[in-house]
Parts: sequence; C-alpha cells; structure tokens
Amino acid sequence: MSMRKQFVKTIESLLTFDKKLVLLLGDIGVFGFHNAFKEFANRVLNVGILEPSTVSLASGLAKSELIPIIHTIAPFLVERSFEQIKIDFGYQCLGGNFVSVGASYDYASLGCTHHCPSDVGVLQNIPGMEIVVPGTAAEFDALFQQGYANGHPTYYRLSERENLSSQPVRFGQANVIKKGSLATVVAVGPVLQHVLPALENLDVGLLYYTTVEPFDYQTLRENLATSGKVLLIEPFYSGTLTHKVCQAVKPRPVAVESVGVPREFLTRYGHAADHDELVGLTAKNVRARVEALINA
Amino acid sequence: MPNKKISKLKRQIVQASHFAGEGHVPSAFSVLDLLWVLYDRVLKFDAGRPNDVMLDRFVLSKGHASLALYAVLAEKGFFRPDNLDTFCKYDSALGGHPDCNKVPGVEASTGSLGHGFPIALGMALGSKIRQIENRIYCLIGDGECNEGTIWESALLAAHHQLSNLCCIVDHNHSTDRALELGDLAAKFQSFGWETLTIPGHDHEEINRALNHRHPSSPLLIVAETTKGYGVKRMENDPAWHHRAPNDREFKEILEELS
Repeated sequence: MSMRKQFVKTIESLLTFDKKLVLLLGDIGVFGFHNAFKEFANRVLNVGILEPSTVSLASGLAKSELIPIIHTIAPFLVERSFEQIKIDFGYQCLGGNFVSVGASYDYASLGCTHHCPSDVGVLQNIPGMEIVVPGTAAEFDALFQQGYANGHPTYYRLSERENLSSQPVRFGQANVIKKGSLATVVAVGPVLQHVLPALENLDVGLLYYTTVEPFDYQTLRENLATSGKVLLIEPFYSGTLTHKVCQAVKPRPVAVESVGVPREFLTRYGHAADHDELVGLTAKNVRARVEALINA
Repeated sequence: MPNKKISKLKRQIVQASHFAGEGHVPSAFSVLDLLWVLYDRVLKFDAGRPNDVMLDRFVLSKGHASLALYAVLAEKGFFRPDNLDTFCKYDSALGGHPDCNKVPGVEASTGSLGHGFPIALGMALGSKIRQIENRIYCLIGDGECNEGTIWESALLAAHHQLSNLCCIVDHNHSTDRALELGDLAAKFQSFGWETLTIPGHDHEEINRALNHRHPSSPLLIVAETTKGYGVKRMENDPAWHHRAPNDREFKEILEELS
C-alpha cells in the first residue's frame, strides 16, 4: 500500500473514534477520501486552493479544541504557508497536523513549481515544530497514531517512494539498524532503500531516523563510530541535519558529509528516479561516498 | 459630547504609550468605540474564564491596535488597569501586538496582518462543528484588506454560511494612499456576506449593528472611523501612526481628553 492510501486508511479509522479530528484538504486527495466525505461530512472538508488561510483557519479550529489535519502538496503547504504555520501554530503553541504529498521531486514531471526539497529545513526554523519523515506506509500509520494528538504542530512528509520493508518505529526515536566502527551512516525516511544494500559487508553503523524534529540526539551520541565519521543520507536538501549531528556528539570532533538534494533548481522532468540518479541518491553512490569517507 | 468612559480609556492609552515611548495610539483610537460597545453591551464573556470556547470570542486581527484592546480588557476585569503602564516593558505581558499566551482575554496572537480573520473564521467553523451556540467577532483594518487572506477568508466564510461570524472593518482610509479599496461593502456582498455600514464612533449605531441578525450568512460591518479620533493633532496624520507623545504633548493630549 502506498503512503497516500495508508494516509486515507489511517485518517478514516481515526475519524471514527476521535470526534475532535477535522480533515482539511486543499483540493488534493479528494477522491481518496470520498467515503470519509459522506460519513463525516462536517469534519472532512475540501477547503479549496487557499493554503495560507487554510492553515490560519485550522489554528482557529485548534482554538476550538479540535485537532486539525491539513493536507496538500508540499510547496504550497510549507513554503507558501510558512508564516501561518510559524505564527498561528508555532507562536500560539497550538497542535495540528500538516501532511504533505510530493516530497522533494516526487512530482518530477511537473517541474520545479511542484518540488519541495526545502520543507524540512524550512520547518526546522519554527520552535516546537515536529517533523516526521516515514519510510513506508506502515511507518506513517504508526508515527501518525503516536503523534497526531500530542498538542504540537507536526509535519508528516509523505513520499511516493518507499523502503522495501518497515522498521519498528517510535515517534521521536531513531532505530539502530546496525553498529559499526569505521563510520556512522544516518539515513532518513525513504532513502533507506538505497542505503541498506550500499552498506553490505562494511563495518559501518546505520541509524535510521523517521522523526527528525525533535531529533534523537542520544541514539547518535551512543552509537557514533569510533572514527568520528558520519555520512548523512537525506531525502531533502543536503546538509539539512548537519547541525543536529554536530550538536549530538558535542564536544567530540566529527567529520560530517551528506548525500542529498543539492540547492539547485532541478529543471529537467522525467521521473523521481532520474533525479535520484542525478543527485546521487542511489545505492551505488552511497557505497562510493561511504568508502571515500572511510578512506579519507 | 465625548463619552466619559471612552475619554478615560483614551487617557490610559496615551499614558501607556507615553510611558513606553511606543504604541500605535491613533489606530487604538480608531477602534476604541467599536471595542468598548462590543465588550460593554454585546459580547458574552466571563473575565474569570478567559478563552472559554463555549462563550463569545473576539479576535483583534489588526494587532497593532492592541492598546485599545488592553484598555477595554482591563476595564472589564481581565487584568488590573495599572498593568497598562507596563506596556512594552521587557517583562510586561502587554506587548505592541497582543499575545494570547500572556494576556487574559486575548484570543489570538496577531500582528502579522491577515492572520486574525481566518483564525476567527476557524473558530466560527469550529463552533459549528461542535454545535456551540456562541458568536465570533473579528476586527480587521482597511489596510489589512490588502492582504489576500482577507479575501480568501471572505470567500470561505460565505461558502460555509458562517452565520455565527461577524467581521468589523475599521475603515479609517489610512492606507488609501497605497491602494484604493473601493466599495468594501459591495465587495463583501458579492462574496455572499450581509453587510452594514455605520459611523464607527456612534455607540448606538455600533450597538445596533452588532446586534443585527444574519441567520444564513456572515455579517460584515463597515465602520467608518477616523484614525486618532478624539485628539485633533493625531486625527488622520500619518506622522502619528507609530509614535508616542513626548512630555509636552502628553500633557496637552490629557487636557484635550479631560
């Protein structure tokens, strides 16, 4: 099941027993929720294509002791509505759920207007904001159920592409996939599919993060390779989490490198996999970067 | 003949601004009559239970008029009036823009224009969803009507037939120099709102408008106001938009308001 289908299933289930939940769609995902529209007519609304006002409106719902979920395409939810998320949720200390589709360049064929590799970096600037990057549909379900009513503004980044298998994820906690001494690889969300085969037969530790804010500093601190070398594999702008790594291991010196999306407009079309190839989010490149780091 | 209560509140506002060396006094005077009538005669609230979602709620979307809201809230018992003199001090709860997590009775943290109105819209929608029989009031500035979210919200409120929502526009024409708004009432009517236009410093007219029934659509009240109303030197003078009176001006203004 895709993350988008899981999103529908998870929300439909929660709507049934949590009467505080209100779903606001930005004219995206409407067909998927056609049953929910009928069953929960006053709590499932296709608000329209006016994202900043939808976010503010959602904060008004939160002030009415409801739990809003806002769902639309990443750049319109995050970049267009940044100030509304910052002030109306962050500054006012309100809980709400922001669920995007179109992670980074998932919508490769639609061009740069629909790309959003900045989302995690942008939202990190909001104090109290939580950021969740699931790697599979099942992980989304687990993380959403654990976090949706915790009173914080929380961003869930749905991706069109998924890892081949799910990890037993906990909100706010990293998974130690394997330990190693030559380097530590930190993989975030759906990049694990590229990282697992890349690390075969290497004495390299692998930590898997699905919650990047709040960042699980402790797991990284406790599992840092003796070499002090860290390779971040990020499905968003490269280096977004570098400061987290440095913070986690302080005062130990650390060498951090990153494989992720470069800060460039990726102006070609095709498929997301084409952009993966271009930016190096492939098993082959991850392997090469790890080996280079080890040998540096 | 100026209302004695209003004159008292204006003196408090001028004093708070003078002590702080800060404040948007003319904006506060533009909306003060509207807020006073709302809280004194219309809004169902309990100062001992601020932010009770079951009661009526008010959002000051043009947050820079905070001094008027603070003066009214203090007069109505949400906090002690002498707190007004701490306005904008480092540890004060009362900032240049209102903070709902610091000030009892402030329903939304506003200041960035174009946020409070859609927040109020969400409160009104939330009340409908929860079947709460309260009313949501919001005050926006005419300059604020330059913001796209105002018109997005106007569209949404009419679409959802939010008959529990009343929006007041403080129409003091201060930003006409930037962008002419034309006929605001007609614009909101075309979106599906019921509208009234009133003289914004006339308490009887304000009261009548705020009690107007609008059973199937949201209500917009265009309040024709004067920025800096009641202090001649401030009225419609852009130089006073964000400036506090000095010692001499403070004394003269207090005399004018006596």
